[in-house]
Amino acid sequence: MASVATETEIKRPQQQISLPRWLRQNLFNNWYNSLLTILALWLLIRAAPPLVNWLLQANWSPVLSRPVLYFVGQYPAAQLWRPAVGVVLISFLLGLSWGVWRGPLRTFALVLMSIYAVLALLPVGMETLGLTGRLFLAGNILVVVLGLAASRTPLGKGRWVILLGLLSFAVFILLVRGFAGNPRLPQIQTTSWGGLMLNLLVAAVGIVASFPIGVLLALGRRSRLPVVKLFSTLFIELVRGVPLITILFLGSILLPLFLQENVRIDRVIRAIIGMTMFSAAYMAENVRGGLQAIPEGQYEAARAIGLNGPLTTGLIILPQALRLVIPAIVGQFIALFKDTTLLIIVGINEILGIGKSLVLGNPEWITAQKEVYLFIAIVFWVFTYAMSHSSRRLEKALGIGER
Amino acid sequence: MAQRRSPLSIVAGGAIPLWRDIRVLQAVGQIVSAIVVLGLLYFLFSNMMEAANARGLGLGYDFLEQSAGFDLGDALIPYDPSMTFSRALLVGLLNTLRVALVGVVLATVLGIVVGLSRLSSNWLVRNLANVYVETIRNVPLLVQLFFWFFAVFQQLPPVAESITLGPFAALNQRGINMVALRRGEGFTTWLAITAVAILLALALYLALSRYRLRTGRRTHSGLVALLVLLGLPLLGWFLVGGAPLTTDFPVLGRFNYTGGTTITTNFAALLVGLVIYTAAFIAEIVRAGIQAVSKGQREAARSLGLSGLQAMRLVVFPQALRVIVPPLISQYLNLTKNSSLAVAIGFPDLFAVGKTIIDQAGRAVPVFVLIMVTYLLISLTYSLILNLYNRRISFVER
Repeated sequence: MASVATETEIKRPQQQISLPRWLRQNLFNNWYNSLLTILALWLLIRAAPPLVNWLLQANWSPVLSRPVLYFVGQYPAAQLWRPAVGVVLISFLLGLSWGVWRGPLRTFALVLMSIYAVLALLPVGMETLGLTGRLFLAGNILVVVLGLAASRTPLGKGRWVILLGLLSFAVFILLVRGFAGNPRLPQIQTTSWGGLMLNLLVAAVGIVASFPIGVLLALGRRSRLPVVKLFSTLFIELVRGVPLITILFLGSILLPLFLQENVRIDRVIRAIIGMTMFSAAYMAENVRGGLQAIPEGQYEAARAIGLNGPLTTGLIILPQALRLVIPAIVGQFIALFKDTTLLIIVGINEILGIGKSLVLGNPEWITAQKEVYLFIAIVFWVFTYAMSHSSRRLEKALGIGER
Repeated sequence: MAQRRSPLSIVAGGAIPLWRDIRVLQAVGQIVSAIVVLGLLYFLFSNMMEAANARGLGLGYDFLEQSAGFDLGDALIPYDPSMTFSRALLVGLLNTLRVALVGVVLATVLGIVVGLSRLSSNWLVRNLANVYVETIRNVPLLVQLFFWFFAVFQQLPPVAESITLGPFAALNQRGINMVALRRGEGFTTWLAITAVAILLALALYLALSRYRLRTGRRTHSGLVALLVLLGLPLLGWFLVGGAPLTTDFPVLGRFNYTGGTTITTNFAALLVGLVIYTAAFIAEIVRAGIQAVSKGQREAARSLGLSGLQAMRLVVFPQALRVIVPPLISQYLNLTKNSSLAVAIGFPDLFAVGKTIIDQAGRAVPVFVLIMVTYLLISLTYSLILNLYNRRISFVER
């Protein structure tokens, strides 16, 4: 029987789909699809000439004349090596995690490597992107490979990578900030921070800081203690019921009023506090979703082997629940990253703010705003698309929804 | 060797030490958390009161009756700078509700069209929809709003070179001028006839449908209802004699268009941005909802003799709705909350007006409380609708 099956499989003719046949099957399979195809084609043909025309005479000078501004803002040029070290750290860690976790992160690492390659070979003048910059970008490809190689060493263990990641995160922030009075690493005020670096930094700090708060809030909302439950629910629903921009203003305008006069908080920190509060409420709901997915039997089994409440939660329930919500957390990070553009409204020079002030600063660029916002949109698109793509692969790798 | 105590002795003794009694621990936990939270709130509040008193700013709302002194670019109700702060806030709230309402309707229509296109068997349509969704979802809304406002609507030609759609609409830097309908002679009578027509059509449709269900005979209920719906108002139009509705076309004057209705570029950019962004998410929800209905349902419907469209309308879509509606309502809420980004492109919505008041009058705390409570009320309304829907639609357990 088995041989028969294989034989028919072998005998099955290779389906050569000819173009007319493909067209008939996919575009003209009935009257309304034919109509739709013609309509869509007509729209495309109508839209194409003006689009091509515009692309040919697009004025990219607001982007090309000062590209560094979009990525690090007004960070002093002499100190640019500091964010650059951060980029190298990220490249290395990504290579390392590619080696350790494979699948989903491979996509992301490959995307990042191709971005480096494309940027290094970008056909723009040397005055836009100098040799040092191009070599740095090309070098980062090597760093990713180096990280991949390092995953073969004892360093290539999940917990080491996570520890290293958190450590380099802290190192990066300290490095970019510097220390007051230190001649080698002078302190750089956050007013000089900006660009995409700030978007990524705020989103990353926001998601990391909101994680423990979110877990506590989620546990609090499910708690049997009425007071704890009330406070947690109130916080979550209050924050989720209002727009992010009100929370950011709460941080930037009201927080100074709530503190004593002599306490001054940096405005980037205030923005981060706002983002963290906002993110924590959504994180709590994500984690709660994971907690609800854990069957009652897990609690009963933990109880049966003699674990008390906190131990049950910490050792049995949370590890399983958090594993379920990893994709949701990645999704939340993407949303938070997109939301960091709102910082422009509280006067922080993230990438959108840089673009806007560049355009408004030069009257001859006022007609080139399409190009600026298109460029910023492409930057965001590349990052978020790569992240959501990896997140989908991660979902498959974790086998969520398949058990 | 010490005598080991039997575990039973605790029960036998009847005395659980206080620090291990779960009831005591729970009570202590609650008291401690209450003290921490309330203490923190008290600390923040007392600091704020101190600061407010030091600057001579009370927490009352009496300042709302002072004259606002600033103009608003877009108002649904009569407004001028001599009116009060509370009037300005009301204008802002109405603007928020207007953009939310129009946005929700348009985003739903566009989202359903795109979502169905993603499931189309037509390769071109399917992939165009895919590109749309993947592009729009991955770019921040604010970037898109900036694009629409600064790069598209502000770059429109000046008034004299407006882009026109026949006599019906004209687009230029100052806004969009559109044809408007105005009430004419005998409007009230005609409106009454139309209302009767709508009610009659609805009643006929329901009655005929019920008759068909009972007897199985064809009744053409839809056709009959449509005839009544269109025929009666048409008849009424001639009966009234005059023209109950007149059209008011925008006319290019010396400096600007007059007549018709005008939409500001700020409102147009906000609406276009919100609709295009939200529709991408709605499309995903619609697609997922329809895919969640098992294939067998469609096949069974087809084998019963329903046409493709009937199977979709009568079998698949009603089941998909259960999956679609809850996330759809949360997208509506998102759209409403996102409309607060209007502040970045100069449309006077609730938040933008509130911010202007804070900048001018310095009453940050009361204004903020007012804004947040209003948004919370809007959110609560949405969740109320969602809960009502869930209760109505929830599966009857068998």
